[in-house]
Amino acid sequence: MTQNTTPKILVIIPAFNEEETIASVITDVRTNVPEAVILVVNDGSRDSTAAIAESLGVVTLTHPYNLGIGATMQTGYKYARQFGFSVAVQVDGDGQHRADQIRRLIEPIIYGTAQITIGSRFLDGGDYKPSLARSAGMAIFSKVVSVILREKITDTTSGFRASGRDVIAYYCGHYPDDYPEVEALVLLHRKGFRIMEVPVKMSERGGGRSSITPTKSAFYMIKVLLAIFVDLLKK
Amino acid sequence: MPNKTLYVQIVAIVGSLVLFGVVIDFIRRGLLKEKYSVLWLALCVAVMVLAVKRSILDTIALKLGVSYPPSLLFLVAFLFILLILLHFSVVISILHEKNKILAQEITMLRHIVKQGRDAGTSSAPESLE
Repeated sequence: MTQNTTPKILVIIPAFNEEETIASVITDVRTNVPEAVILVVNDGSRDSTAAIAESLGVVTLTHPYNLGIGATMQTGYKYARQFGFSVAVQVDGDGQHRADQIRRLIEPIIYGTAQITIGSRFLDGGDYKPSLARSAGMAIFSKVVSVILREKITDTTSGFRASGRDVIAYYCGHYPDDYPEVEALVLLHRKGFRIMEVPVKMSERGGGRSSITPTKSAFYMIKVLLAIFVDLLKK
Repeated sequence: MPNKTLYVQIVAIVGSLVLFGVVIDFIRRGLLKEKYSVLWLALCVAVMVLAVKRSILDTIALKLGVSYPPSLLFLVAFLFILLILLHFSVVISILHEKNKILAQEITMLRHIVKQGRDAGTSSAPESLE
């Protein structure tokens, strides 16, 4: 979607108990993308995440209870739609996503070459080396998604993404509940959105842990694969 | 063994009558919505009909190759319970989705109200949709 006026950019930071890292994430985004509005969606954190975000003067939405990552992202997209943002970027609250990479993600959206961009750690010789189990899982997702999309997607689990208006509107009605990244790609492809991967650099996690612990990873794989195949059966 | 068969029939009839009564009482006292009671009542009626009319039970048992017809009562009850459970899973999923939407709306409204209060305005916040 080509925009003649300056694009309104929203950076959505989903946060659940991220008090250690949230301040540096916000500062990082503010320094690198000063024109963007920053939105922290606090998913019922029990720590001081919301207080820190509010003290830094960013828009803070707080869920009345923990709704999960999918609903948290969707709340962000609903905000983006309601306040007329033309680009929405999702940046994790744990410091893994680097704000100096955001422009790479939003440029294809602004110039209309893509409707959704995925920041990939693997494109262009990224030096990201996940553990053996994790890279095996990621390889399987990449294969399955690439076959379905008939387009190579290297980093399907990346949550570092930017979306244009149409995708934002679509997300407001349909966003997977848990482990949403992989499934969202399939849903977007089924709706005919133009998806593009962009090489990005990521940091090690600043604090907290991955939402995917080893014990949950088998369940994660099965749930996501099942969800993808069910999505293929949907009209 | 006609006596034993009769005993099972009586248990089934009494059991389904009691369940029927309990379900009706729950609806009467507002503990159960009518639309969630339909399958329960259907279960009671099906078991009762089969227990009272031995001929129907025997015919179906013969067709299905069930050698002891009264055990068919359990199969019917079991299938109804599976159906009820599936129905509940669907209802829970719908409730889950609606609940999420409500929580998101509350989140947004709370933000808009707070913004209005901070700005010291008394104007009504713009609607969500």
